[in-house]
Amino acid sequence: MIDAPLLSINDLSVSYAIGNERARAVDGLSLTLGAGQRLGIVGESGSGKSTLALALMRLHKPPAMIDSGQILLGGTDILRLDQGALRKFRWSEVALIPQGAMNALNPVIKVREQMADTIRAHRRDMSARDINKRIDELLVRVGLSTSVAGLYPHELSGGMKQRVCIALAIVLEPKLIIADEPTSALDVVVQRVVIETLKDVQAQIGAAMIMIGHDMGLMAQSVDHLAVMYAGRLVDQAPIREFFRRPLHPYSQLLISSLPSPDETRPLAGIPGMQPSLLDLPAGCAFHPRCPLVQPICREVMPPLETVEPHRRVACHVVAEAYNVRA
Amino acid sequence: MRAFLTNTIGGTLRPLANPRMSVGVGILLALVLLGLVGPMFVDVRLSEPISVRTNQPPSWAHPLGTDSGGRELIAVMIAGTPQTLKMGILAGFIGVLIGTFLGLISGYFGGWTDRIISAVTDTMLTIPPLAILLVVAAAVRAVNVESMALIIASLSWMYAARVVRAQTLSLREQSYVQMARLSGMGHMRILLAEIFPNMVPIAFASLVGATSGAILSGMGLEVLGLGPQNVPTLGMTIYWALLYAAFSRGMWWWWTPPVLILVLLFLALFLISSALDDFANPRLRSSR
Amino acid sequence: MSWSYVLRRIAMFFAVVLCAVTVNFIVPRLAPGDPTAAVLEQLLSRGQQVEGAADIVAAYRARFGLDDPMIVQYLRYVGNTLTLDLGTSISYFPQSVTSQILTALPWTIGLLAISTVIAFGLGSVVGALLAWPGSPHFVRSFAPFLMVLSAIPYYLLALIVLYVLAIWPGWFPLGGAYSGSAPSFSLNGLLDLLYHGFLPGLSIVLAGVGFWALGMRGAMIGVLGEDYLTLAEGKGLSPRRIFFGYAMRNALLPQVTSLAIALGTAASGSVLVEVAFNYPGIGYLLFNALKSSDYFLIQGVAFFLVLTVALSVLVLDLIYPLLDPRIRRQ
Ligand SMILES: Nc1ncnc2c1ncn2[C@@H]1O[C@H](COP(=O)(O)OP(=O)(O)OP(=O)(O)O)[C@@H](O)[C@H]1O
Ligand SMILES: [Mg+2]
Repeated sequence: MIDAPLLSINDLSVSYAIGNERARAVDGLSLTLGAGQRLGIVGESGSGKSTLALALMRLHKPPAMIDSGQILLGGTDILRLDQGALRKFRWSEVALIPQGAMNALNPVIKVREQMADTIRAHRRDMSARDINKRIDELLVRVGLSTSVAGLYPHELSGGMKQRVCIALAIVLEPKLIIADEPTSALDVVVQRVVIETLKDVQAQIGAAMIMIGHDMGLMAQSVDHLAVMYAGRLVDQAPIREFFRRPLHPYSQLLISSLPSPDETRPLAGIPGMQPSLLDLPAGCAFHPRCPLVQPICREVMPPLETVEPHRRVACHVVAEAYNVRA
Repeated sequence: MRAFLTNTIGGTLRPLANPRMSVGVGILLALVLLGLVGPMFVDVRLSEPISVRTNQPPSWAHPLGTDSGGRELIAVMIAGTPQTLKMGILAGFIGVLIGTFLGLISGYFGGWTDRIISAVTDTMLTIPPLAILLVVAAAVRAVNVESMALIIASLSWMYAARVVRAQTLSLREQSYVQMARLSGMGHMRILLAEIFPNMVPIAFASLVGATSGAILSGMGLEVLGLGPQNVPTLGMTIYWALLYAAFSRGMWWWWTPPVLILVLLFLALFLISSALDDFANPRLRSSR
Repeated sequence: MSWSYVLRRIAMFFAVVLCAVTVNFIVPRLAPGDPTAAVLEQLLSRGQQVEGAADIVAAYRARFGLDDPMIVQYLRYVGNTLTLDLGTSISYFPQSVTSQILTALPWTIGLLAISTVIAFGLGSVVGALLAWPGSPHFVRSFAPFLMVLSAIPYYLLALIVLYVLAIWPGWFPLGGAYSGSAPSFSLNGLLDLLYHGFLPGLSIVLAGVGFWALGMRGAMIGVLGEDYLTLAEGKGLSPRRIFFGYAMRNALLPQVTSLAIALGTAASGSVLVEVAFNYPGIGYLLFNALKSSDYFLIQGVAFFLVLTVALSVLVLDLIYPLLDPRIRRQ
């Protein structure tokens, strides 16, 4: 995408051990992200988005396991960091707004302390006064009053909690913010405002952002590039305008056409058929049982992710054929 | 009826695969067998006072020796273990019956009924059971195994009431119960036909805990000398041993067997109930 | 903390106390025979040994006021009990039941409080470590041992401890709380108290620690799955901070709730432990009262046992909102 990418993920695979089997929730995923860029990741529930987000910070827990791959952020090989270095790396380089941010705050500690402990863990030399000043400033920046610092999480509304999580995410000015469905628990009006806030602060500190979600409408407004995941694999990636103007992957086409109009939001629900189980993937392209354009080859050969245009990658035999990328 | 059967069978058979369960059941069966088979080999009449020479250490004639009251200890153990089990299971059963009833009513009807029953349950849970049992047993004095079970049962229903209430609360919202309600089924029939069958595994799981609690309370009364006077029990044996200073007189054979049997009994019941808890119980330690 | 919460807890305290008083009032009246009959019979059997038997009988008569209507008797009884007038002890005549109990109670409270705090603290830490993925491997091998401990009641553990550490090797005294006729207030006296209190205390700690560890392990496993724990790790906090400030701090809440419930059992258990060790608390007093059928003293001990536990539960209930901010503004 850009000459020296901030983040590059190479052939990353993450799986869950279920009984004696392994479910590949992220399968051979590669992508790059430039500094300050915003990448959206969409996909049906269970397509592996959260698994990817957690693996990027090595926050995955058993039974999840990273099988292979490489994650480079600003030159750091994340998968090779030892525990101490990993601890320093987390939050100062990558911050997370976790899915279900409603429960992301410790219920028994006040907001100020939950922000302060983060700063203290990374900036030993910062004085208590500076820390408090910084916290007040951040709260104001995300549109909250400074008095929120003295409250407990249960005293905040959903939207306020989400803003606190945003303030928390930028407290160390990381290079990358991962927002996993940052607004899914909020009502529509609050959603928009919170997303605006998130975009503003992200732009102010110049961080890159990965935003995960279901909501195509919201994505259209907030990201530069969009990536589509299906059953653990990246199947389509494009600049956001291109994506909406001319979606390439049949799955993406269905996603777009199931929207009443580009300006209206609707969750990904209108596609016939069901996503297959990760333990029982169909041979060939995982999407083929639901694909309107299915060809015989799709039932046998897994399509690789191929660059079809500058900044556009698609994993589909039909599209590759049309572009004639395969000699 | 189908739900009843699957629940009962599922609730009792599946856990047997659990090693904790099999060890627990094994110990328990061994103790039951002791009471059933023992009398064929040992004359249990020797558990009466003044039937053998006093203070004899273990020997061929008296494998576990004799105590200062002239009882043969192996006979006392064989006669006493079933009494302890009987008292515990009886008290536990009555307690769980009361608790299930109160929990069903409380969870199903909600409102003031629920508030009152829950408040009483929570209050009763914090009262040291020994304090109440003591006053009652000391006033009644000449207790037998059955009346002791009754007294103890009156204080062993609270846990059953809590778990059954929690479960009823969640079942009440299930669609099939709502359907039954909409179709005009009476409260009593819904409770008995739709909700109660689902309580069987839970009630069964709490029966084990209640039995263990009842034996604990019973032992408490016995070692204070408030147990049945006419039949031998494990706790009373410890009481006599303590009263006659068996410890400092080196008469280990007097107090070790009852202590050992009781430890095994509590261990078995704990293993069984923790194995049952693993899947039958929704969080028992739910918050107040 | 809201007033309605405080008032509800205080009401619950009085409900428990009233419940105990009522049991004490009703039970002897339900028992077969005249309540004074048993006492008279007992005094007769002791013959001339008891001086002033007539006084005692008179005191009993007056106390029961058997000619008054039931409700008057009841109210008078409640009033007497709440002013801690619990009657006269037979075996220690003419001492009052209350004075007997007040001499014994500090021993019980001291033993029970110290041992329970140790058991609770130790059990909670061990239980938290059992569930903590970062704890050393040998910690996990404690689990079966703790399970066995949690299954064995206080009293049986006390007998085992008594035998294994006192009678057999002779390392500890067989019983009592101090050497000589009274405890002395010096360094040696203090050490002597510890020496005597060690085994009863150890029994209570051992009997409790497994229970608290298993409970904490369960609570901790629940907390470890929460989002705020993932985020704490993501924030790059030190494992210590995550363990204490995030994981344990939250897992302790259900533990404190169950402490309030378990206190009654613990108190009952430690009464029996005192009996096993001849420790001069109310358990021992009770044992002697039972031997001599000193019914008022028995009732008094039962009442104080309930009172002590209810008070502790009240204190716990009032402390709890300080630990869990969510309760404060309900
Ligand atoms: N703890 C776990 N154990 C086993 N399998 C898991 C676990 N967590 C997730 N999975 C599986 O991994 C796959 C990906 O899950 P993930 O949570 O990453 O999906 P997602 O795209 O974030 O979905 P959503 O949109 O619902 O958040 C799913 O098929 C899920 O079943
Ligand atoms: Mg997700």
